[in-house]
Amino acid sequence: MIPSSFEYHRPSDLAAAIGLLAEHGDEARVIAGGHSLIPLMKMRMAGATHLVDLQGLGDLKRITVSADGISIGAMVTQAELIAHEGLAAAVPLLREAALQIADPQVRNLGTVGGNVANGDPGNDMPGLMQCLGATFTLEGPDGSRDVAAREFYHGAYVTARADDEILTHIRFAPPAGGYAYEKQKRKIGDYATAAAAVLLTRNGGTVASASVAMTNLSDVPVWSQAAGEALAGSDCGDEAVRSAVTAMLADIDPQQDNRGPVEFKRHVAGVMLARAISRAWSRA
Amino acid sequence: MNDMTPSREQRIANLKGMGASRKRVEDVRFTQGKGNYVDDIKLPGMLFGDFVRSPYAHARVKSINTEAAMALPGVIAVLTAADLAPLNLHWMPTLAGDKQMVLADGKVLFQGQEVAFVVATDRYIAADATELVDVEYEELPVVVDPFKALEPEAPVLREDLEGSAEGAHGPRRHHNHIFLWEAGEKEATEQAIDASEVVAEEMVYYHRTHPCPLETCGTVASMDKVNGKLTVYGTFQAPHVVRTVASLLSGIEEHNIRVVSPDIGGGFGNKVGVYPGYVCAIVASIVTGKPVKWIEDRMENLSATAFARDYWMKGRISATKEGRITGLHCHVTADHGAFDACADPTKFPAGFFHICTGSYDIPVAYVGVDGVYTNKAPGGVAYRCSFRVTEAAYFIERMIEVLAIELGMDAAELRRINFICKDQFPYQSALGWEYDSGDYHTAWDKALEAVGYKELRAEQAQRIEDFKAGRTRKLLGIGLTHFTEIVGAGPVKNCDILGMGMFDSCEIRIHPTGSAIARLGTISQGQGHATTFAQIIASETGLPADSITIEEGDTDTAPYGLGTYGSRSTPVAGAATALCGRKIRAKAQMIAAYLLEVHDGDLEWDVDRFVVKGAPERFKTMKEIAYAAYNQAIPGLEPGLEAVSYYDPPNMTYPFGAYIAVMEIDVDTGEHEVRQFYALDDCGTRINPMVIEGQVHGGATEGYAIAMGQEIAYDEIGNVKTGTLMDFFLPTAWETPHYTTDHTETPSPHHPIGAKGVGESPNVGSVPAFSNAVHDAFRAFGLRHSHMPHDHWRIWKIARDLGLHG
Ligand SMILES: Cc1cc2nc3c(=O)[nH]c(=O)nc-3n(C[C@H](O)[C@H](O)[C@H](O)COP(=O)(O)OP(=O)(O)OC[C@H]3O[C@@H](n4cnc5c(N)ncnc54)[C@H](O)[C@@H]3O)c2cc1C
Repeated sequence: MIPSSFEYHRPSDLAAAIGLLAEHGDEARVIAGGHSLIPLMKMRMAGATHLVDLQGLGDLKRITVSADGISIGAMVTQAELIAHEGLAAAVPLLREAALQIADPQVRNLGTVGGNVANGDPGNDMPGLMQCLGATFTLEGPDGSRDVAAREFYHGAYVTARADDEILTHIRFAPPAGGYAYEKQKRKIGDYATAAAAVLLTRNGGTVASASVAMTNLSDVPVWSQAAGEALAGSDCGDEAVRSAVTAMLADIDPQQDNRGPVEFKRHVAGVMLARAISRAWSRA
Repeated sequence: MNDMTPSREQRIANLKGMGASRKRVEDVRFTQGKGNYVDDIKLPGMLFGDFVRSPYAHARVKSINTEAAMALPGVIAVLTAADLAPLNLHWMPTLAGDKQMVLADGKVLFQGQEVAFVVATDRYIAADATELVDVEYEELPVVVDPFKALEPEAPVLREDLEGSAEGAHGPRRHHNHIFLWEAGEKEATEQAIDASEVVAEEMVYYHRTHPCPLETCGTVASMDKVNGKLTVYGTFQAPHVVRTVASLLSGIEEHNIRVVSPDIGGGFGNKVGVYPGYVCAIVASIVTGKPVKWIEDRMENLSATAFARDYWMKGRISATKEGRITGLHCHVTADHGAFDACADPTKFPAGFFHICTGSYDIPVAYVGVDGVYTNKAPGGVAYRCSFRVTEAAYFIERMIEVLAIELGMDAAELRRINFICKDQFPYQSALGWEYDSGDYHTAWDKALEAVGYKELRAEQAQRIEDFKAGRTRKLLGIGLTHFTEIVGAGPVKNCDILGMGMFDSCEIRIHPTGSAIARLGTISQGQGHATTFAQIIASETGLPADSITIEEGDTDTAPYGLGTYGSRSTPVAGAATALCGRKIRAKAQMIAAYLLEVHDGDLEWDVDRFVVKGAPERFKTMKEIAYAAYNQAIPGLEPGLEAVSYYDPPNMTYPFGAYIAVMEIDVDTGEHEVRQFYALDDCGTRINPMVIEGQVHGGATEGYAIAMGQEIAYDEIGNVKTGTLMDFFLPTAWETPHYTTDHTETPSPHHPIGAKGVGESPNVGSVPAFSNAVHDAFRAFGLRHSHMPHDHWRIWKIARDLGLHG
């Protein structure tokens, strides 16, 4: 539980940070809150000879909320995200979900950017961002580019981000309608056995639109377009919920681990989704 | 006397003696981060050790190349079995009469086994160097299942024992068999059961888990080559035994070894045994002449030192149609891992498991325990219990529930009609114990009344109806337990550890100004000895507890004792303390008689003073007497006021309790919520109610963890699957249930102050209470038994197997 030795860098602007990544190539690694990276380094499952700490990049700590868009800097901590009243009013889903991540100590240091950039299927923010239809902004030596959250994840710890790019911002339009984040976990500080993020809009007695994303049920977060489509246009009754669950189950691919076998996870995924839909509908 | 003279009540209160909820004196430093733990010890020139450990559960070690590691700047030495062999220290004796490799000698037998010990100038270099030691392994077939280990074709795990038909505890019938240990009457039991009207059978598994103290194991060994003295600081629950063992192993005379247990951050049995890390640090210090520190990390702690439980208990219990129990039969397959390193009194290879007749008057019983080697970590320690008492309590409390199902009876009533009655004590159990005292019916009625048992059953019946009608997806479970423990090991005539009788000791020195220091052979790891032992002395000597320092853990100063585990401190050292206090008081009486110019017999003791009978204004306080002991020449009396007592208990003590857990269970997710937890403990005389309550809260939380999720699990090739706190369940404040504590008080008749020990009761009693609650929730749907831990997916599986998911 002792990491191997590394050089520590703390650049004060983005250009310098990108410069360090370019200079040290795959020997360098960005560190944000360190609450995913440091445990891996201590177990010597991740090696980095150069750690580039982003704590000095003040620009990445900003949250802006306006009618036409929300922007969250990568270095905003999960605790700051929870505490931000404007954000909570505009996107209550975020606070509801973030309060189910880890524990207060982890959330005080762990960042939103680290959570989405990490690529661990257990992280809650990636599915959430897919549900919200968010876009990630990446800055690299060749400038900046945007990648949709729904396109970002390729496999466990494999993302669209190149080694020399830094994720700087997350943007999305403020969602309308009802929301819910349902997560089953074994204890505080545990990753999800299964989690479901749901956003729903209502048109009278029918669902106008729906977005469904699932966490820790595949090697990537799963935005289930089919589950959303199963709900859209329905009355959100038992039948509709059942077909949304069936559609979602076709999109996930959970693996057995200490939380339980595949069959159990699939069942619980269905329960989480059904509960999330019903809560989101009641709020829509 | 005038108005200023404190009343008798005030004088009693001032002492903060027995019965007072005195605040824990230890907490001042612990809550301020001012404790002094082993890892806080920093000696000049200190080196650091770290282990190369086996990635395989069973493999031959073909070669070990240490060159690259030795070449790393800062590396001082890399020890392997080949280096220890000339000293005959590559193997060490275990507390259970077996021997264990200190460093891999030709093969490895469990994942995480110690293979080489790197010594370096700092911790980081040592860790880096472990990666540079090149070990060539040849994998061998792995056995993690104790039943498969006993199959004829099973691989031979312990080649060192091949061909030896005799083990430390009698004949071995298979190459992976360690012992068969038996108690009771086999044939008579079988006959009684076969002749009974109702018989219930069940396999009850108490899974492998781990004490997981917050502070892991560690040591600092420091050999002073100039004066020949070896000092060993460590997380030792039994420092004197460690000193004796260190002397026997190293050949260093015992007076030249000083063992010190500083503050210990929880032990729970994890810190009773002797580990390779201690031996390697000591050898490394002797070789280098420098202090050497070794501290386990969390993963090493969980995967290599001292697991607990892992008992497969096959039970048969029988009764009359009316529910009177007629017999109990139990066969245990005990998975001991790669070496038999259980920490039990020497003559008890299955500990005190034969307390498994529990609180019940069972006429005839038999227990047989087969110890088995597997490719898992060694241990089998008493995790907050007195040597397999937890396993025994879980077994009988599950068997009672299964019998209740078989009889179609209420489990509370079944217990009541089978309890040993108050007037049967001292009670001879069918398996050979003499229970000292108890009043089970009173405790039981009080507990059922307190939780509103009748109303709970009515609510449960309604719930079942609602569930069947589709109105709810939650079930209600009522988990009952009445446990009887056996603690306070133990009488020297049959209890020893490596030949050392399990007495304990106390030495008290009263200072001239009326304060005191007392030293004991025990060592607190969070139990609060500095608080409670001072209270015993306060009541016995009349000096305020606040004026008494308690010191433990330094073998150069403390009297010899067998340490703290198995709830033995109060029953054994607590008795020594009371008797030692009485010796002080006896001498004080003579001094008082001299000062008051009366005969000894003319005085009577009154809280904190001796008073002349019939003349209450003539007295000497203990404080005055203490001063006189040092400044007066008293004819026929030595100066000074001190005493030492060694106490050999005539019997164990038998604390008991009634615990009830009420649980809501979500059938669809397997989640649960503990709605209510009631714990009634009878630990005899209560020394400090607040400390007792704290112990109950802590132990019940451990029990909750064990029952509901905590386990050490292996995959089929012997990889530890639960090696970090992400997967090994330690409850946080969030998961921890709310507890209601209660008590009855039935003193032990043979203990000087009637105290029985309570530290372990809550772990022993709460596990079956939680587990029974889960089972009870599903009883109406046909569940008999399902193995712990009851984590989400296992509870979910119960529901699925019963067809409750539709
Ligand atoms: C006990 C515990 C429980 C936890 N439980 C949960 C949980 O329930 N749910 C959950 O979602 N998470 C959980 N986490 C993880 C936690 O939320 C982490 O903080 C988060 O995953 C990573 O954020 P970080 O800022 O700590 O990133 P770091 O650990 O610093 O970095 C993580 C990875 O992302 C990369 N990275 C970080 N920032 C950037 C960036 N701006 N651009 C490019 N790459 C970047 C790093 O190089 C690294 O590879 C838990 C962690 C712990 C220790």
